[in-house]
Amino acid sequence: MSDRKDMALIAELVPKGSRVLDLGCGDGEFLAFLRDHRQCTGYGIEIADANVLACTQRGVNVIQLNLEEGLALFEDQSFDVVLQLDTLQHLRNTEKMLRETARVGRTGIVSFPNFAHWPNRLHVIKGRMPITKVLPYQWYDTPNIRVATFADFEVLARRDGLRILDAFGIQSGAPVRRWPNLRASVAVFRFERGAAG
Amino acid sequence: MTSSVGHVTPQSLHFAEALPLQSGAQLRDYTLVYETYGTLNAARSNAVLVCHALNASHHVAGTYEGQAKSEGWWDNLIGPGKPLDTNRFFVIGVNNPGSCFGSTGPMQIHPDTGVPYGADFPVVTVEDWVDAQARLCDALCIEQLAAVLGGSLGGMQALSWSLRFPDRLRHCIAVATAPNLSAQNIAFNEVARRAIITDPDFHEGHFYAHNTLPRRGLRVARMIGHITYLSDDAMEAKFGRRIRGHGSLPVDTGNTGLAYSTQAIEFEIESYLRHQGDKFSEYFDANTYLLITRALDYFDPARAFGGDLTAAFAAAVCKFLVISFTTDWRFAPQRSREIVKALVDHKRDVSYAEIAAPHGHDAFLLDDPRYHGVLRAYFDNIAKEAA
Repeated sequence: MSDRKDMALIAELVPKGSRVLDLGCGDGEFLAFLRDHRQCTGYGIEIADANVLACTQRGVNVIQLNLEEGLALFEDQSFDVVLQLDTLQHLRNTEKMLRETARVGRTGIVSFPNFAHWPNRLHVIKGRMPITKVLPYQWYDTPNIRVATFADFEVLARRDGLRILDAFGIQSGAPVRRWPNLRASVAVFRFERGAAG
Repeated sequence: MTSSVGHVTPQSLHFAEALPLQSGAQLRDYTLVYETYGTLNAARSNAVLVCHALNASHHVAGTYEGQAKSEGWWDNLIGPGKPLDTNRFFVIGVNNPGSCFGSTGPMQIHPDTGVPYGADFPVVTVEDWVDAQARLCDALCIEQLAAVLGGSLGGMQALSWSLRFPDRLRHCIAVATAPNLSAQNIAFNEVARRAIITDPDFHEGHFYAHNTLPRRGLRVARMIGHITYLSDDAMEAKFGRRIRGHGSLPVDTGNTGLAYSTQAIEFEIESYLRHQGDKFSEYFDANTYLLITRALDYFDPARAFGGDLTAAFAAAVCKFLVISFTTDWRFAPQRSREIVKALVDHKRDVSYAEIAAPHGHDAFLLDDPRYHGVLRAYFDNIAKEAA
């Protein structure tokens, strides 16, 4: 999530003073933003050495873990918000992490590239995999091992008993609430564990 | 630019007031030997205490004038421009009581008997050491340390500081350590102790009077230790199956150069272990080895809380940096994660780095750039806070 406007939009979903767990926190930029602008506390989780160093340099709490191993370190409902920003598409155990997110956090916020954004659809109609600002990789070297659409996530959330509190797209730093599956390159969901979950 | 802190001189402080010990005994009339590097600032807020592990001492950084190869044991980390930068921090290394490097220990004269303590030196624990270190800080008029840093057994002391004197440190940096020893770890320690105690030259700990040293026991103890400080891969890379004195000569040729002896040194690894054992047995005190391995065994802050480490860490308020090494099987990453979990349960500030270094437990003394990078960044931030 390099775009600062995207970051500000998603930060607005995080109540001030929240205790936050940021899964796949990268260089800690977003956590530092939440700390400095929304008085949040908490931890980032990262696997990459360079990101652990960058977080340490920023003075952001970072815990070096492989998300594929789950979140055994964290108790149920021990965070106000668990973030999975641009992380889900890199995980093998996407569904398990989604359940873990809902277990550990009172609310979860997920963002990921929306594969059904119309320029992507055009690429596919022309017979090629999309290469865009949000999906900049060739099919053979992409770190995105999961590709999903805005609509796909709604289905999975329902399947896993997550209650969607808010859902919208982001395009060019602005929220997209009308036809986000078509009009937005980034999908954002805020959810909580449903009664059955 | 990084450089050495240069020539350093140990200092010593005598404490007339007895130190009560966890065992119920007390250590009276004791001396602590220590070194300091850098300058204590006017607010006395930039002090970092470095706790030593099993066979180390107060000589953490710098060199002794006129002594070749006398670099301190963590010299690669501590000095001007180094990750723990002595241009900004006042660094204290202190030798723990019970050691054999200058602070009151079993080699020294028992004030009641007039002969060396030997085996009569009271059993000391990590907590006792931390209490002694706190008294040194009192004497240096340091109310609060910027950080306490330690690796392995030193990391246990750093953790203990956060529990015993929560308000006297702002940061706890615990490297390659554990919240207690596993049964396997205690087992290694016990083998080492039995090697020493059953050496006929041990004389039940009073070998000084017999003008001898239990060298054979110490050698075996050190050999066992060395095996556990290295990873299997690191040992393979360093020694493999190389035959001593034959370089990488393949062993399956007709002329192998093997002596076909059960007692001569055949393999490089044997040569290395024997050399380490020989060196160690000449400079390390056998009673100290027993005491320090026992302190390792006893350390278990969760014990008073029915084994609940989270409950044990309720007292801690400082910020934490925990570091482990993926190939360290003596103090495995899983043990560090237990510490992290206990801190997370209390919503404490904690960062955790798991460094994929190949060297095993020894990695904490080496200068892996990822490891030192994280320490440098962390200390940079501490320096900014203190400024």
